[in-house]
Amino acid sequence: MAERPEDLNLPNAVITRIIKEALPDGVNISKEARSAISRAASVFVLYATSCANNFAMKGKRKTLNAGDVLSAMEEMEFQRFMVPLKESLEVYRREQKGKKEARKDKDKKADSEEQDKSREEDNDDDDERMEEEEQNDEEEVDN
Amino acid sequence: MAARLSENRLVSLPLSRIRVIMKSSPEVSSINQDALFLTAKATELFVQYLASYSYKHGRGKEKNALTYTDLSHTAEECETFQFLADILPKKILASKYLKMLEKEKRDGEVGEGHEEDEEEEEEDEAVGDSVGS
Repeated sequence: MAERPEDLNLPNAVITRIIKEALPDGVNISKEARSAISRAASVFVLYATSCANNFAMKGKRKTLNAGDVLSAMEEMEFQRFMVPLKESLEVYRREQKGKKEARKDKDKKADSEEQDKSREEDNDDDDERMEEEEQNDEEEVDN
Repeated sequence: MAARLSENRLVSLPLSRIRVIMKSSPEVSSINQDALFLTAKATELFVQYLASYSYKHGRGKEKNALTYTDLSHTAEECETFQFLADILPKKILASKYLKMLEKEKRDGEVGEGHEEDEEEEEEDEAVGDSVGS
């Protein structure tokens, strides 16, 4: 896959919002600081991925899984992330499961006359589904 | 609970973008959906941690700001963030750099006139570099 330089950066607006949530109200964030944090975040992803991949390889797996990422966080000395990450993961899994089941039901209905209506979904849902389907095509589901 | 950000979404960073970055790593073949989510979430936590730590330990807060220098200090002084040291180098004022050069010259000097001239020329170029960058 060809990557343009900007694809390895994270969206400025989102990064800025995350930073603001971490700081007291009204603190000014210089453009330089924001840009630096954005770069740091990209480097963090790379470092975490590399570290997680080592764990996967140790387990003789080709697919990175949740456990690998959690192990990577410990290795990188971000133990403080473990509890919030595990909590979030639980919520995420529930949400994904709920979506899958909702989709199964919709598909059943789509066989009858409600095919058009079921397409009027939130864009968000579509995007996430597309992503999931993309994932399922390419990746083994390995847990 | 720290699970949700103020927007009430579980994660704000786009998973597709995170995935692109992860895949740019040559040894990685595939990424499970949960792993992708966790990486995105961990990155958000990381951004918050880096920002709040730097603000707390830096001097920017004297002016109610988070500055690049605060971040660069964190990378240098805190072990957990040392992997960022190369991409967050300390900055130096051109005037300080000039003084450093002059001092080095004085320290190394054994009193040769024309050598001094040569060094001065180099010095100008070096200053040009640092001011320009």
